[in-house]
Amino acid sequence: MSWFEKLMPSRIRTEGGTKRAIPEGLWSKCTACSAVLYRAELERNQDVCPKCNHHMRVYGRRRLDIFLDESPREEIASEYVPVDKLRFKDSKKYKDRLIQAQKNTDEKDALIAYKGKVKGVDVVAVSFDFRFMGGSMGSVVGEKFVQAANVSLAENIPLVCFSASGGARMQEALFSLMQMAKTSAVLARMARQRVPFISVLTDPTMGGVSASFAMLGDVNIAEPRALIGFAGPRVIEQTVREKLPEGFQRSEFLLEHGAVDMIVDRRDLRDRISSLLLMLMNKPAIQASQ
Amino acid sequence: MNPNYLDFEQPIAELEAKIEELRYVGDDSEINIGEEITKLQEKSRSLTRSIFSKLTPWQTSKLARHPMRPYTLDYIDRIFTDFQELHGDRSFADDSAIVGGMARIDGMPVMIIGHQKGRDTKENIRRNFGMPRPEGYRKALRLMKMAERFRIPVITFIDTPGAYPGVDAEERGQSEAIARNLFVMADLKTPIICTVIGEGGSGGALAIGVGDRVMMLEYSTYSVISPEGCASILWKSAEKAEDAAEAMGITAKRLKELELIDDIVREPLGSAYRDIDTTARNIKQALVGALESTEKVGLDKLLDQRYERLMSYGNFIKEEAS
Repeated sequence: MSWFEKLMPSRIRTEGGTKRAIPEGLWSKCTACSAVLYRAELERNQDVCPKCNHHMRVYGRRRLDIFLDESPREEIASEYVPVDKLRFKDSKKYKDRLIQAQKNTDEKDALIAYKGKVKGVDVVAVSFDFRFMGGSMGSVVGEKFVQAANVSLAENIPLVCFSASGGARMQEALFSLMQMAKTSAVLARMARQRVPFISVLTDPTMGGVSASFAMLGDVNIAEPRALIGFAGPRVIEQTVREKLPEGFQRSEFLLEHGAVDMIVDRRDLRDRISSLLLMLMNKPAIQASQ
Repeated sequence: MNPNYLDFEQPIAELEAKIEELRYVGDDSEINIGEEITKLQEKSRSLTRSIFSKLTPWQTSKLARHPMRPYTLDYIDRIFTDFQELHGDRSFADDSAIVGGMARIDGMPVMIIGHQKGRDTKENIRRNFGMPRPEGYRKALRLMKMAERFRIPVITFIDTPGAYPGVDAEERGQSEAIARNLFVMADLKTPIICTVIGEGGSGGALAIGVGDRVMMLEYSTYSVISPEGCASILWKSAEKAEDAAEAMGITAKRLKELELIDDIVREPLGSAYRDIDTTARNIKQALVGALESTEKVGLDKLLDQRYERLMSYGNFIKEEAS
């Protein structure tokens, strides 16, 4: 508060009033170029900054909303709820962290699964909500992934996964590690039955998620400039004790080193994935209706 | 402090020192102190037993990482015959953080794959402290596929702080290398028996840890992240490693209770390094038993069981549909 404002009698002070004049959430700022953007326009642009093309993070349910055709849509395995079997407690109880995350996101856990269509092509799609404990993979995430894959297997429909995760959920200890084996095993079964799996790696995809199903796509797609890797940059820096090169563990780095097939702009994902799926399923190209 | 003993073993170290002293005196004196020594030895044993009967998870993790703890090659020497090491991933390099090769156990050919730590600084640098790079996992993968082709069981020994977190490892696709192993092991058409012999560190351990039987040595640990790593992330302080070890339940006993592993292999009094031969015998017995039981099941059923077991991992509630 400036000396001038301090002098003013309190009843004519307009503390914070200028901020309140603008409704919450009408404007947002690009996290990369800091351009001030009109929220509605940004949403129309699928949360890609119109000024610098930066792909902002998109949470689970909204991701599927952007990706899938408007109908039909059917949620899969929505009834799974996490439990704290180990009664894990760090600086906070895991149980309380779960309740907090559930309140903040309105989701039960970090993975959302749907059956639907993309440009008329049948698909099962799962998506991580990074806001839910950093999109970490615990038992519910693993189980929902398997349930979604089982729908794919039963109905011979391809699976698409959008990952955004810090890795395994430490609060579920070894149970979360085992989800890596579990999700990879169901993909082995899909491969045997020749049901395609496309993995879309978005910012960020690290640790136990990247070291299991996220890297096992028949086709691995990355969004531009997403952080993707096994060990976090901070851990690597501490291990090798040197500054990491510019662009290290970004999508472009992974493409260059052969870990992903392509980098695709978010706004092109529906076109590219539906086209790939039709070819993988050995079906004729269809004239897209939307 | 006696450096050969861990902090919680210091009372044992003191007794042993006393015994040594008496022996020294006994050599050049006429007094018969043999009886006294025997008494002290018995006391030392019972003290060890009592200390080891109530180890905390953090103490166990110190034992699992004890510099004198036997490593994969120590066991290979004692359990198997005709060991022939096989090197390289056939596309980039040979990673000595993982050793692999063929050998016989009671005359039966098997494929062995195990993490290998170094005994001294020089060897540790060569073996990268048992932290594999992608080429290590890809060597393991090559050997597993070869075992499948010739219908030879795979035996793995797990002992790693984790997969190597380095720039080169990321460049060559550490994530993919681990993921690929999980994918292939889930469906590998030959029995796989895994034993955690020391440190079961996260994805780097699991990458050779998917199998039909998973066993742990009594004082080994298996966890999603090291206690120090967990503490520094969740408690914001590596000093809380002891609490993290407790919370995560990283010991063989706890993981058996949680049905995440099948069997615990007993270690001799004072842990494996005090009597490597006995430890090796115990492991061998467990391995032979596991091989026999998997053989009996038959391959198709074995693969189904492996899959069902993987699918069973996890705790959750299913809410009634509203």
